Amino acid sequence: MMESRGAQQVDETKKLKDVEISFPVVYGTMAFWLGKKASEYNSHKWTVYVRSATNEDLSVIIKRAVFQLHPSFNNPTRVVDSPPFELSESGWGEFEIAIKLFFHSDVCDKQLELYHQLKLFPEEESGPQSTKKPVVAESYDEIVFYEPTKSFFARVQNHPAAIVPRLPSGLNLPSPAPITHVKKRGDTKDHALSQWFMNFSEADELLKLAAARQQVQAHIAKLRRQLSMIDGMPPQSKATSGQ
Amino acid sequence: MDAKDILGLPKNSFPGAQEKKTRPQKDSQRKPDGIHREVYALTGGMAPLMPTIEISHLKKRQYSEKEEKISWQWLPFTSSARPDNLQLYHWVRVVNGVPPTGDYSFAKYNKSVDVLKYTDEEYEKHLTDPMWSKEETDQLFDLCKRFDLRFIIIADRFSFPQTRRDRGMHYMVVTRALLLARAPSSTDVSGHPIVKEPYNMTHEVERKRALSAVLSQTRQQEQKEAEILAEAKQIMESRMASKVNMTLSAEVELPDNQIGNEGAEAAAHDESALPSPNIHLSSSAATPPIATVECTSTPASLRMLRVYLRTHALDQMVQAANSTAGLRTIKRVDQTLQDLGVHLKPKVPTKSVCAEHLELRKEILTLLNLQKQLQNREAEATANRDNTYAEASSTPKRAYRGDAERTIVPDSLGFGGDRVSKRDHKRKVPGRFMDAPPSPPQSKRPRKLKSSDG
Repeated sequence: MMESRGAQQVDETKKLKDVEISFPVVYGTMAFWLGKKASEYNSHKWTVYVRSATNEDLSVIIKRAVFQLHPSFNNPTRVVDSPPFELSESGWGEFEIAIKLFFHSDVCDKQLELYHQLKLFPEEESGPQSTKKPVVAESYDEIVFYEPTKSFFARVQNHPAAIVPRLPSGLNLPSPAPITHVKKRGDTKDHALSQWFMNFSEADELLKLAAARQQVQAHIAKLRRQLSMIDGMPPQSKATSGQ
Repeated sequence: MDAKDILGLPKNSFPGAQEKKTRPQKDSQRKPDGIHREVYALTGGMAPLMPTIEISHLKKRQYSEKEEKISWQWLPFTSSARPDNLQLYHWVRVVNGVPPTGDYSFAKYNKSVDVLKYTDEEYEKHLTDPMWSKEETDQLFDLCKRFDLRFIIIADRFSFPQTRRDRGMHYMVVTRALLLARAPSSTDVSGHPIVKEPYNMTHEVERKRALSAVLSQTRQQEQKEAEILAEAKQIMESRMASKVNMTLSAEVELPDNQIGNEGAEAAAHDESALPSPNIHLSSSAATPPIATVECTSTPASLRMLRVYLRTHALDQMVQAANSTAGLRTIKRVDQTLQDLGVHLKPKVPTKSVCAEHLELRKEILTLLNLQKQLQNREAEATANRDNTYAEASSTPKRAYRGDAERTIVPDSLGFGGDRVSKRDHKRKVPGRFMDAPPSPPQSKRPRKLKSSDG
């Protein structure tokens, strides 16, 4: 609205109304049984992590991830400041891990909390545990940033980890600053555990939902027909205002 | 006569016998035997039909009901608890001429502690102790035996100046040493408690001190402690609350945290429910958001949050949609979703999946509403048909969201109640996913109609 000379900053912090940027993420745990090396208090080694659903680099938005472990661990508050945002430990018990995500200052100054139950033992009694195949528990979710600032939008509009809507033309956005130096790869495409990552495809779910909606809609139509039939034959009643 | 009814006896049975019985009873009304006249009058002047106390009991109580003869005799006895064979006398209850056998009944309480005795030789070998002379140890053991290890008493009688603790410890130490020395094999002895738990002097001192402190605590101190504990609990709770709150509000503002606190307590983990103020809000307050397609899907609370998880958003919206429905309806919706093979919470919650999911839920709600309406209409239709006297007023209009003012005459429904409900069951709406059969009985319908859940 105000476009004065010194408004460069204001312009950048201006919010894009009714726009949301979302980042699909997957978070969870992977646990390996230690086999022969397992002891009573150390039967599994596991990793808890937050990754991009497409295995891109999440440090574009995440500044820090804090994993809150069971108090029986030494220093149960573990801070990870660089990607990949994960933590490995060993233990014997399952418990809930709280993951708090801190974002860069231009992204959002509020934190987000995720909760995940560490799973060490497989669902079905599929015989003895294997040291090669981990027990994987992952959840898909999307981090949604509502009404992001212009600068944030500009910065991530072309980033592969982000789902960015197409903006109406007329908004002049600065082109994203080129990445000056690439420190370390922050994506998880070649992660050691990537072979075990679960695949989340929305296609299946969409299909199911569409089918379900069709069924329900057909049913509704039928009921409406029935209702109109009944209403169409009022017994000894006075004429009422019909449908 | 009513009493006989209650009792279930046949009426007018043996009328002859009855009359005879009643007459002599009446005659003796003035002088009932066994009970005083006034007491008799308490029951209304008549004998109770089922006498609880048999009069014969009152007199015979004095005699024992068993066929035994009891007498008391002055007899001599001995006790195994006594070392000598002293014979004393006492009264004994004799039953049928047979005096009681067995030991003196209190002899079994004569227990004593096994205090070990040592010979001089053993003393020389194992038990010499710099702090204790032999005489002292001897006396100690003697006293222990006499007084069953009651150290308080032993303390009084001990001639050498020593504290109770020391003596106790010494006793333990000596006994232990003795046992170890005597035992032919260590395994036998290790079961003995004294060997198992070596006397830990400092521990005992502490323990006794703490015990006496607790015992001698004055009331004031107790109150103080209770207060402190309550405060500590409060502090813990407020710490937990502020921890939760930290995740919801910016770390910068302290006053905002205060406001956020109350909300935090209400909203546990569900962060998206808390519209906590923060810096950004003040700047964007000037520019009210324009409603677009995207906006309608984000409730106000989420908008304020700036960042949220899509699953949270979905939960919020589902809750909002369910808010008009009763609990039963919500369960039915969930059941229908499951029947359709849809996850109650989508596994891949992308934007489109969430939108579809929400739409599906809304459609199911509509479906359930329609089903209910249909049932209602059918019920009324058949009731009206059956009811020839019906001054049937208008058939109910479509009742959406519970704001219908039904003008059904309750009588008509109640009249044809039973029949209608039967018909209803037959005419169930055919459908793949049939929900619970209409459970509320017809008589409840009028009430239900007025406040039907949407």
